[in-house]
Amino acid sequence: MSTQNKAKLVREISGTNPSKCMKCGKCSATCPSFDEMDIKPHQFVSYVQKGDIEALANSKSLWKCLSCFACVERCPRDVQPGRIIDAARQIVVRQRGGNYLTADEIPALLDEELPQQLLVSAYRRYKR
Amino acid sequence: MQRIGVFVCHCGSNIAATVDVHKVVELARLEPGVVHAEDYQYMCSEAGQAKIGAAIKEHQLTGLVVCSCSPRMHEATFRKCAQKYGLNPYMVEIANIREHCSWIHKDMQEATEKAVILARAAIAKVNLNTPLQAGESRVTKRALVIGGGIAGIQTALDIADAGYEVDIVEKTPSIGGRMSQLDKTFPTLDCSACILTPKMVDAAGHEKIKIYTYSEVEKVSGFVGDFTVDIRKKARSVDADKCTGCGVCQEKCPSKKTLSEFNRGLGTRSAIYTPFAQAIPNVPVIDRDACIKFKTGKCGVCEKVCQAGAINYAQQDEIITEKYGAIVVATGFDTIKLDKYDEYAYSQSKDVITSLELERVMNAAGPTKGHLERLSDGKAPKEIVFIQCVGSRCSDDRGKPYCSKICCMYTAKHAMLIRDKYPDVNVTVFYIDVRTPGKNFDEFYRRAVEEYGVNYIKGQVGKVAPQPDGSLLVQGVDLLDNKQIKMKADMVVLATAIEPNQGVRNIATMLTASIDTNNFLTEAHPKLRPVESPTAGVFLSGVCQGPKDIPETVSQAGAAAVKVIGLLAKDKLTTNPCTAKADELLCNGCSNCAKVCPYGAITYETCLVNDHGIREERRIAKVNNALCQGCGACTVTCPSGAMDLQGFSNKQLLAEVDAICR
Amino acid sequence: MSVNEEFRPKIVAFCCNWCSYAGADLAGSSRLAYPADVKIIRVPCSCRVNPMFILRAFEKGADGVILCGCHPGDCHYSTGNYYARRRMTLLFSMLDFMGVENGRTRVEWVSAAEGVKFSTVMNDFVEKIRSLGENVRLGDLRCKN
Repeated sequence: MSTQNKAKLVREISGTNPSKCMKCGKCSATCPSFDEMDIKPHQFVSYVQKGDIEALANSKSLWKCLSCFACVERCPRDVQPGRIIDAARQIVVRQRGGNYLTADEIPALLDEELPQQLLVSAYRRYKR
Repeated sequence: MQRIGVFVCHCGSNIAATVDVHKVVELARLEPGVVHAEDYQYMCSEAGQAKIGAAIKEHQLTGLVVCSCSPRMHEATFRKCAQKYGLNPYMVEIANIREHCSWIHKDMQEATEKAVILARAAIAKVNLNTPLQAGESRVTKRALVIGGGIAGIQTALDIADAGYEVDIVEKTPSIGGRMSQLDKTFPTLDCSACILTPKMVDAAGHEKIKIYTYSEVEKVSGFVGDFTVDIRKKARSVDADKCTGCGVCQEKCPSKKTLSEFNRGLGTRSAIYTPFAQAIPNVPVIDRDACIKFKTGKCGVCEKVCQAGAINYAQQDEIITEKYGAIVVATGFDTIKLDKYDEYAYSQSKDVITSLELERVMNAAGPTKGHLERLSDGKAPKEIVFIQCVGSRCSDDRGKPYCSKICCMYTAKHAMLIRDKYPDVNVTVFYIDVRTPGKNFDEFYRRAVEEYGVNYIKGQVGKVAPQPDGSLLVQGVDLLDNKQIKMKADMVVLATAIEPNQGVRNIATMLTASIDTNNFLTEAHPKLRPVESPTAGVFLSGVCQGPKDIPETVSQAGAAAVKVIGLLAKDKLTTNPCTAKADELLCNGCSNCAKVCPYGAITYETCLVNDHGIREERRIAKVNNALCQGCGACTVTCPSGAMDLQGFSNKQLLAEVDAICR
Repeated sequence: MSVNEEFRPKIVAFCCNWCSYAGADLAGSSRLAYPADVKIIRVPCSCRVNPMFILRAFEKGADGVILCGCHPGDCHYSTGNYYARRRMTLLFSMLDFMGVENGRTRVEWVSAAEGVKFSTVMNDFVEKIRSLGENVRLGDLRCKN
């Protein structure tokens, strides 16, 4: 897949518009895994804008993000960096193939309060 | 048959770049009634208007179609031009081929086709235009200013100095507004009260100014030059003529636990109170919700101690009806509520305050007598964090999408004042951008950094967490260092977004003035008519139109005053001749039209009618042209189709529909 | 119309002078594009729009008609848009009964400050009309070429 297409795919999966970012850094200010990350949450956006999904896909941040969605909750511009990193993660996982949870296991885990995306992210990420 | 001239404007390249103006001219020539068509670079210019004049003479034109920008922009220009060259000004129609065509379409063919159709519709309409005569209405030489803050005071003073009478209506017990709550003002650090109080005194003492405090506008009717306004003077429970303002009642009042609005809820006041010491008028009001006498019937201390006998518990609200020629809205702003911003712990900790609250804390007349102290324990803070853009520039539903404009400057001011008075206190400011457009503004901000050692960090704060030891843990980011910062602070100050005052929407509705989604009043033109509302006779002063600082507010207040003076200086106004008119042969006097008329402009008269040779007396609708504003509600209601609107007649509008759908 | 040619609907938009027409002007000066199929007729108030005008538009071959006025409560003439709203509710339900689908007629409130909204509304409306195709009901066949 070309880098351009990957960037487009990230936008599509995440459903967010990186151009809305005003570079305030509230996502990074709020992130509990900030110190563990090599690419910081506020930088996700510029990687997508530049189309450098490769670097994002190879970063430690991809696996250090907790999907806690604090950044999504507090982003004043509705850019939602958490969704961007989640989308990048999905691209990587889809290429590798294979899920860690089976679909049968999901109903037992369901909870009204749980953001759906968190579930999908867990589905792809955590081995039992 | 009309003899119509079509004039197509290039508007430089604004129109000509996307619309083939020559083709529009060429095709317009083929339309019925058109005897002349031409294009020109700038039709609105003097040379352009001269071309129109020459064509009127040469071709004996009876109607004009100008294909140019929006009629809201230059309809008046071309009407004047027609009049100058001997044509009735209402024989002009504008085809809007700029805002509605060239500016929004990229494809030349598509835009040209649309321009031709728009021109065609305008030509079809002009074919049916009839000359109209504008009437006259009188001007009441008195202005109303709604809001008694610095904007309202300045506007009133300027109007009054020109010799016209002005009334100020202020809903709180004193004039002064937000500015009276401020401690110092940027960029010169003048004491706010020192520069505001003299203006308040001037306004109160001015022979042409009447001030209604503790009053609200209740009802507005009429139109430019002739508004009728009902003002509700809320019961003060104190006779203003008798009260000497000695203040004993406030001292002796046993109910002292009400949170002071003036101190932003940081201190308390008595039930009978003036908001602040320099209040104008210096006459207290009784807050009936807090007063023991009103709640239980027992007390009456104030009445007993008042030497002047001014207390009057039986006082009632009073409605004053007054006529005005012009109305200025100067309703100002408030800070937004922070209940959606839990991350800053505003509701959890007393030491997290808004900037406006800090103004009260720093003020010598404030709840801490001007000492900088933590509101939780009264200790002197050592570490203060300022957070900018709290609720401003937010595109989510928690905040406001606009920049509040004043926060960067007042934060620099606060930081500077604190560092000046308490050099051992560390001040950190988290910012996204520092915006300092204004005379001496950037220099002011740089002084805060360079001379006063304020620590500016580019980045935002993610959360503020109150700690068991009473301090606040501030977690933010330094974007330039790419590091997350966790620091302890003793106080956190939030640069809270501002929003138009509550109730402005209600006032806008009463005035039929337009208002935007953020509750700011809309100006007639964003650049060229910034202090006028699109509703004639209504003017805007101060933050009700958009965020602005004191220097800007004062200049806008003066500008609004000039517009009001310009209006009041006229003895008569020409009225819009596009009014409704009943066809007496079709009208059957059913009274439906009068029911829908918002202005009461329709009455019924018994007239002698000659209906094709049959002479009989009939009840017929008569429209008062001075009252009719030309909305057209009656024309659609009329079951017999007798009522029509001049300038927008049924035939004209149908002709436009036909031309578009052809 | 040939089969291959893209369907270009005829759309008439009635805009009140004080809010929606100004909103359209703002959309223009902000360069917010919407299809050229929309042609605007200026009326003093949404209440000036006689149901007759809308019927005439459909008769003459319009594929959609939209009426834009000030937001409820913000009418320059206080109450005009309320009348318009009631009249259009009745008219549209009658038109629907006659076979002119509800999607072809619309009332929208656009203030003078809502250039973005004006453009979005028009884009959306044109898309809807394109999906509905040409209006075959109510058209006066004598008007066809």
